[in-house]
Amino acid sequence: MNNFFVRKFYYGDIPEESGGGIELKDSKVPPPAGGGGGGLWPLWEVFVRSKQGLDHKHVGSLHATDAVMAIENARDVYTRRQEGISIWVVESKFITASNPDEAGELYEPAVDKVYRHPTFYDLPDEVGHM
Amino acid sequence: MIADYLIQKISQMNNSLIDYTLHLADNTLILAQRNAEWCGHGPILEQDIAITNISLDLIGQSRNFYQYAAQLMNDSKKLKGSKAPSLQGESVGGEFTEDSLAYLRTEREFKNCLLVEQQNGDWGQTILRQFFFSAYQYLLYEKLQNSTDEQIAAIAAKALKEVTYHLRWSSEWVIRLGDGTEESHQRMLKAIEELWRYTGELFVAAGYELEAGVDVGLLKDEWMKKITAVFDEATLPVPEKVFMQTGGKTGVHTEQLGFILTELQYLQRTYPGAEW
Repeated sequence: MNNFFVRKFYYGDIPEESGGGIELKDSKVPPPAGGGGGGLWPLWEVFVRSKQGLDHKHVGSLHATDAVMAIENARDVYTRRQEGISIWVVESKFITASNPDEAGELYEPAVDKVYRHPTFYDLPDEVGHM
Repeated sequence: MIADYLIQKISQMNNSLIDYTLHLADNTLILAQRNAEWCGHGPILEQDIAITNISLDLIGQSRNFYQYAAQLMNDSKKLKGSKAPSLQGESVGGEFTEDSLAYLRTEREFKNCLLVEQQNGDWGQTILRQFFFSAYQYLLYEKLQNSTDEQIAAIAAKALKEVTYHLRWSSEWVIRLGDGTEESHQRMLKAIEELWRYTGELFVAAGYELEAGVDVGLLKDEWMKKITAVFDEATLPVPEKVFMQTGGKTGVHTEQLGFILTELQYLQRTYPGAEW
């Protein structure tokens, strides 16, 4: 990341020489948001619980520099139309995902095991819906 | 004689309430318009949405105040009868509406404080302007929610939740940028230099504020406490002995407001009554 250079123009009249660009030569300095997409800020996954919902559901992801900002960004991006009353965020890098290449051994063995669904019992009428 | 005196007094009180309501409405409308200039230009997508959300909150508040002002103005006009001089800001039909008050008044009739009309500058300057104003608005609405005027009390109580979030959001950004990189720190110093001179006016009460609103002079100490606490954390200095610009509350604005109104009012001025 040495000699990293981002040129960013804001709305307004910032003189090109002094304000338009951010030059970063010191890699210890935290990187700015790049290219209008926050490309250099960590990615966070957002989970929102709706008013009626019992569990938090994954709604998408966003960029933020830290957890506090991630919650606030999530509030603005994902709950501004009353979608939820509780937010979880977790930095995407902490999520371990299953490997798509292992889909065969992981999921296919379940395909022909219909007997694992409890559909082979005759339920007495009195039980009603289960 | 006494009756005349009372009528005059009531009419004066009523005018103060109208002016005060317009002042509250103009503050939020002009700041909303400024923040909305960021729409599509925010430093990153998430913050673009955040600042325009705040803008929409402020427009919502200004709508409430304008609706109330319009109602007061229409009532007052009926009382005075046809002798009342025609005022700027009347709609085509001769009634005041929230839209006519926003779109048809001239620069000298806007009563917003100078701070909210100042240019966006860079992100730091926009953040600082929002922080100064939200801190002020928070203290003001806290008082206004106990106003004897039920309508203003209700609007303030509802808006206070929004303002609480604006204050939290802008405080965090001031800290983030002030205590961030050398570049962001320098930009915040420049923003302070640019905006501090407009903060004094917030606490100099206009006549209508004293008659119909809150004595804003009393909010100053609390405001300074909040600013100092955040600036300390942001490693930013609180300026001292700066000459303060005033005038906005009584319609004497900086050159910025004319440009804002030109854009804001263009459509209604060019195509009166246009709707979509």
